[in-house]
Amino acid sequence: MEPFNTLDALVMPLDRENINTDDITPVRFLKSIRRVGFGPALFANWRYLDSQNTPNPDFVMNQPRYQGAQIILSRANFGAGSSREHAPWALWESGFRCIIAPSFADIFYNNCFNNGILLITLENSEIDTLFAEVTTQEGYRLYIDLPAQTVTTPSGRIFPFKLDSFKKEGLLKGLDNIGWTLQHADEISRYEERRRQETPWVFLHR
Amino acid sequence: MTTMPKTLFQKVWEAHVVREAPGEPTILYIDRQLAYEATSPQAFEGLRLAGRKVRQPNATFTTLDHNVPTRSRRVEDIVDESSAQMIATMERNAQEHHLPFFGFSDPRQGIVHVIGPELGITLPGMTVVCGDSHTSTHGALGAFAMGIGTSEVEHVLATQCLLQKRPRTLEVRINGTLPPGVFAKDVALALMAQFGTAVGTGYVMEFTGPVPRALTLEGRMTLCNLSIEAGARAGMVAPDERTIAYVRGRPFAPQGEEFERAATYWLSLRSDPDASYDHTIHLDVTHLEPQVTWGTNPGLGTGVNGRVPDPAQAKDPAERKAWERALAYMDLAPGIPLTEIHLDKVFIGSCTNSRIEDLREAARYAKGRKVAQGVQAMVVPGSTTVKRQAEEEGLSDIFRAAGFEWRESGCSMCLAMNGDQLAPGERCASTSNRNFEGRQGKGGRTHLVSPAMAAAAAIAGHFVDIRTWQVDE
Ligand code: SF4
Repeated sequence: MEPFNTLDALVMPLDRENINTDDITPVRFLKSIRRVGFGPALFANWRYLDSQNTPNPDFVMNQPRYQGAQIILSRANFGAGSSREHAPWALWESGFRCIIAPSFADIFYNNCFNNGILLITLENSEIDTLFAEVTTQEGYRLYIDLPAQTVTTPSGRIFPFKLDSFKKEGLLKGLDNIGWTLQHADEISRYEERRRQETPWVFLHR
Repeated sequence: MTTMPKTLFQKVWEAHVVREAPGEPTILYIDRQLAYEATSPQAFEGLRLAGRKVRQPNATFTTLDHNVPTRSRRVEDIVDESSAQMIATMERNAQEHHLPFFGFSDPRQGIVHVIGPELGITLPGMTVVCGDSHTSTHGALGAFAMGIGTSEVEHVLATQCLLQKRPRTLEVRINGTLPPGVFAKDVALALMAQFGTAVGTGYVMEFTGPVPRALTLEGRMTLCNLSIEAGARAGMVAPDERTIAYVRGRPFAPQGEEFERAATYWLSLRSDPDASYDHTIHLDVTHLEPQVTWGTNPGLGTGVNGRVPDPAQAKDPAERKAWERALAYMDLAPGIPLTEIHLDKVFIGSCTNSRIEDLREAARYAKGRKVAQGVQAMVVPGSTTVKRQAEEEGLSDIFRAAGFEWRESGCSMCLAMNGDQLAPGERCASTSNRNFEGRQGKGGRTHLVSPAMAAAAAIAGHFVDIRTWQVDE
């Protein structure tokens, strides 16, 4: 996983609530056993006009001013629905590294951090301010400082954000969770031994 | 000595803590993982690339559900190359890692969340995961069961553990008695209509009160299945005598003396009388009507005798915009009665509502009647076991005689990955769990209802209040 430290990038606004993972990556694009190749699936139902993938000029992602955006600004309950990790894979492949919203769905939240994408939760009033600015100022960028846990606007306003310290460390170092857990393999074995006594039916034999 | 009273969730959680340290996530032990062809290939690939092994091959059960054809069990009927590749990859991975596998022609094949409880793979008090959000279903047994992403599937394969931050607890107290013609599905839809689809975010929900108690285990599964749609990490119902009776004798459940020992433990898991939850919400279902969704998330619905709402009456601009968008997508005019919504397709199936009791309820309304002209209706059992049982009980004959298609088991049109799908603009009454834009096929329009409501809608060609119909007991 690629480490995340700071990011100075264009912002793309997606002004709707409850954007779900079927919206982010529709199922017809997901039929692959690989982890890559999902970029074209991103927001496909909104982004294309037809099955030939003709770009829909009204959708933000296709507007020239947002080309190269790496930050998405959106509304409450972003990432609801299916657990598909194809959603963060598609976001990553399309260049998005950070999403800012008032709230995120649980499974999507973990999936993004497991793929090096930073999710930032801000207050509704702060989100409103950012929406007002990004829609009126072409070329609007934000500066994300993960070590300091701040979002800085072009005019120098600073919005601090909260983040679990383990998730922060993982992102800063690009850490692999499995490696971390396996450092505690002895504890897992001890736990299994105890559970074999207490609830033997959990451990099946074949 | 007094001990702190604990909730069901706390008891199950604490029994699975491998390691807890300040500043670290909890290492939580996972008793069972279910895997299927769509979200696991990349996890096995990751394992291979890192040179890691599956830690507990007997704890991960695998099957095929999302991509399987439902018209037949012939391999030639798999919809396309990529589905075939996913299916072949699942089988190969199961073999390579010696995991139990219920493939194409196995009588135990079925939707992961149907076969888990049905086969006794998932049991009360367990931690259960699967790379599918509706893993919450298994919470009906009193398990802590949640959906995870593919990286986490790999994590569980390699370590049999998951890194977790302890979620908060939300008590959903459901009072009253369910009126005839109103089911667990309606309770869940009404809950979201009232509290929204993010009420559970960050929480594990425990359903308490007389209504979940009175539900069968299958009804509880429907309720817990939909807890994820309300944003919860998991839904749970405490084990009781009904739970014990349900689990007894299932193929992978303990037997004999070991079962009795397990049962005693399971019954001890219920929340202590004075246990406190982080938050409690209440719902009374005494006057609940059968529900129908009109929008593009499961919280946008109302009673069958209601009308499509007018965005002008929304409580704030954000809600108005959301309603406008939903009505435009659904092609519905404000103010029309839900019973005037006409349908092209009817889908009875999915891990929400495809178990034997669901099919029995649907069959009561289909019996002796005919599917309306112009409506294509299909019944897709949740597992091959359910299918066989329904055939033995004569339910399949009732459906066929009424003009419903009787299919093989699988996820089918719940997510339209196997070729069963809506064409753009088609309108469907569906017993599944998501009415999202394009969920059942690009441009398709989905209304969520109970199996009985779906069957009656197929007959009438539009939604009807099933409480006005005469049916056999
Ligand atoms: S039936 Fe639908 S919701 Fe359930 S597991 Fe299959 S695709 Fe997922």
